Amino acid sequence: MSGKRDRAPKTYTRLTHPLVRDSRDEPFRRATWDEALSRTAAGLRAAQGAFGMFSCARATNEMNYVAQKFARVVMGTNNVDSCNRTCHAPSVAGLSAAFGSGGGTSSYEEVEHTDLIVMWGSNARFAHPIFFQHVLRGIRNGARMYAVDPRRTKTAEWAESWLGLNVGTDIPMAHAIGREIIHAGLANRAFVERATSGFEEYKALVEPWTLSLAEKVTGVPAAAIRELAHDYARAERAQLCWTLGITEHHNGTDNVRALINLSLLTGHVGRYGSGLQPLRGQNNVQGGGDMGAIPNRLPGFQDILDPQSRLKFETAWDTVIQPRYGLTLTEMFEAMEEGSLKAVYCIGENPAQSEADSEQAVRRMRALDFFVVQDIFLTKTAELADVVLPATAAWAETDGTTTNSERRVQRVRKAVRPPGEAREDIDILCDLAERLGHDWKYADAQAVWDELRSVSPDHFGMTYDRLESLQGIQWPCPSQERIEPSYLHGRLWDADPNRRGPLAPFGLVAHDPPVDLTDEAYPIRLTTGRRLDSYNTGVQSGSFASPLRRGEYVELCPEDAERYGVVVGEQVRVSSRRGAVTAPVWVDTGLRPGLAFMTMHFPDEVDTNQLTIEANCPIAGTAEFKASAIRIDKLTVPAT
Amino acid sequence: MTAVPLGIPRRLVEFTLDGQDTRVPEGSTLLDACRAAGKDVPTLCEGDTLTPKNTCRVCVVEVEGARTLAPACSRRAEPGMTVLTDTERTRHSRKVVLELLASSVDMSTTPKVAGWLKEYDAKPDRFGPDAARLNEEPRVDNDLYVRDYDKCILCYKCVDACGDQWQNTFAISVVGRGFDARIAVEHDGPLTDSACVYCGNCIEVCPTGALSFKSEFDMRAAGTWDEERQTQTTTVCAYCGVGCNLTLHVQDNDIVKVTSPHDNPVTHGNLCIKGRFGYQHVQNRD
Repeated sequence: MSGKRDRAPKTYTRLTHPLVRDSRDEPFRRATWDEALSRTAAGLRAAQGAFGMFSCARATNEMNYVAQKFARVVMGTNNVDSCNRTCHAPSVAGLSAAFGSGGGTSSYEEVEHTDLIVMWGSNARFAHPIFFQHVLRGIRNGARMYAVDPRRTKTAEWAESWLGLNVGTDIPMAHAIGREIIHAGLANRAFVERATSGFEEYKALVEPWTLSLAEKVTGVPAAAIRELAHDYARAERAQLCWTLGITEHHNGTDNVRALINLSLLTGHVGRYGSGLQPLRGQNNVQGGGDMGAIPNRLPGFQDILDPQSRLKFETAWDTVIQPRYGLTLTEMFEAMEEGSLKAVYCIGENPAQSEADSEQAVRRMRALDFFVVQDIFLTKTAELADVVLPATAAWAETDGTTTNSERRVQRVRKAVRPPGEAREDIDILCDLAERLGHDWKYADAQAVWDELRSVSPDHFGMTYDRLESLQGIQWPCPSQERIEPSYLHGRLWDADPNRRGPLAPFGLVAHDPPVDLTDEAYPIRLTTGRRLDSYNTGVQSGSFASPLRRGEYVELCPEDAERYGVVVGEQVRVSSRRGAVTAPVWVDTGLRPGLAFMTMHFPDEVDTNQLTIEANCPIAGTAEFKASAIRIDKLTVPAT
Repeated sequence: MTAVPLGIPRRLVEFTLDGQDTRVPEGSTLLDACRAAGKDVPTLCEGDTLTPKNTCRVCVVEVEGARTLAPACSRRAEPGMTVLTDTERTRHSRKVVLELLASSVDMSTTPKVAGWLKEYDAKPDRFGPDAARLNEEPRVDNDLYVRDYDKCILCYKCVDACGDQWQNTFAISVVGRGFDARIAVEHDGPLTDSACVYCGNCIEVCPTGALSFKSEFDMRAAGTWDEERQTQTTTVCAYCGVGCNLTLHVQDNDIVKVTSPHDNPVTHGNLCIKGRFGYQHVQNRD
């Protein structure tokens, strides 16, 4: 066993010119832009009616606007989606079902001025470090913080109390908290009566979830659950924050609804300092959805099924919009399997490595008639394509805007020139649109933004000048003169029922344990997450010399390591019902017996997503990355 | 109900600053008042995102009736006080403090200090060649940071930024006492054995360049660092959904340094390792 591993991961070199090939068996060859785009236009034209667009949650709002317009106007389909599907789509679905709007309801600054912070399924200290600085400010200002997480993370180390629940038992925990609040007489009855619906049904739903039952199911002592319930209900102001520990489950949307229920029960929403904060994983995963790069919404979060909304866009774009929802990313992959989706235009995404059960995803993309990938690197996904188009890095090489987790739209600016012949996404999309018969002319990103402002009332007040002078503006911003409150849904507190608007319904959701059950053959629960210095599939973060980087490990608790007789650095075989990988062991005292942890940062080294299960949330389509059943086998012969 | 809590209204405090009647909000420091009045008071240990430890003593002013000079960065304005910023006594004090600092510390990369030395007629050389200096080689024990103790003035800014004022990592503190005091990580060991998470927020606040990015250090060593030729463009980080603003310092189409605007509502000038250092992938151009 060699002591030290080479810590330098695979680094990717920028694409500088288009690549094409006549058949998938051949290597790529360099092509001119004209040839590459002609081939792309032909490939897409042949697939009218069987086309899907993967838009990019890391590109600008402007690019996402043009990409969804391309899908809807040029290709006549609502099949447009992005990697928000693999992380926070359940948050959007859950929040819109409750409040009619899919954004987090509070602002970072409010976390500094709240009395109680619940971090649920979120290791923000690592995954969202600067948001966590606002949390730390809140703690220093006197707020109490609770961490609900199977792992005792660096975030949990700052908590008053850490509730280390079993993976996939968030709903029992939330229901038990709800029941305890109701039974203790701590529900905000005035708010429940005036602003919500379905309380009686909710009360009946949570009634079986006594503290002792919850203790059995979640593994968290009843007293700890009771303390959180009482503290949350009694707090003057409280913030409930969550990340992928809630959403990356086969019932992610239900998990989100279960948390929203607690805010409805206590009135911790729609006020300064009280709210719900889903922390988003990509710089523009919020904005991509806001721009309509999702299959069920037009730009500005306007419903496709609403004839008025469709009419507005049909007039603005001189087109006919399909009066039905398109396919989600997950459904598009299924449609590839069935053969009903024949061509895909993938911009800046790496599903060959980011999708759960990655081997299946690769097989499906190989079955496409035509596959074009637009990226800054030749990723594993791009290697499967017919045409590869070199793009710019949105955050440093283009102008535009992105929208963050607190709904703040901020300016992105071009700082460096892109390499070689790489072109901006919008420029490429417009060139393709022209080849397919649509003459779109945008002088610059601002022209795209102004078109978006004209069709999205929530963005109307955000001119580039105002975004610059105010260092970003949070939506909604319907007026060019005013700034709206930093929190959403203040209407729920209005005395006038008309202004109060639609009531927020309690979500009647039932516990459903993880699909991939542990048993004698696969006794260990594997959960996944991020490290501080790495990002997603590592294509971007692998290139800088991080002293913290130590590559991929399967992390075990000291007890399990002893039970299997393995030591730190020892290579072991990690198998699930779908695949097996070899990885070295790391021992983390934040884990407990039966719980293992891996990241997805080093797929070229250890492809963790060969282990994960593609069990999808039926509402949002997010896969259960957080719960797989695995086994650990000691290798008799050291792996080479 | 107002949209945002307005807090307790702040009264205005009236006092005399260099003979002028001055009004500042309650709680303001004398330095705030001087800046509001357009007076340039030199300071090293004060930073716009931090509460200073008032260690450098460069910003001292004279408060009438007080026995000693007061550090403007920490002394709060009080009603009726009379403050003088430019007297013989303050000028002499600043001159001596600057002489002591500049004779014991390499201030070649400290912005503005050359101008102050001239303004206050400070002569650091007058202590002769034997003036105490550390004379240590810069410590390069990782690929991101360099620590050059010859440039450290013990201002505590990095300690505060790493500690309870921002980062709460507590990797940096002061070890030793008296003349042996120095800024260090655990047991004065290498950074790589410490609690450091490489956020770079200590470098962001370091006033002298004692802490610097290795990219800048290497370019300075090679003589290629040229701020005249650099552009600064503020954009948004691409590593998570928080939306931190990054100011990219670009020289010859290469990103050479990343900072964040100190008045930004998302970051308050702070970043994490990914935002601060994770730009290299963009310029893997061949």
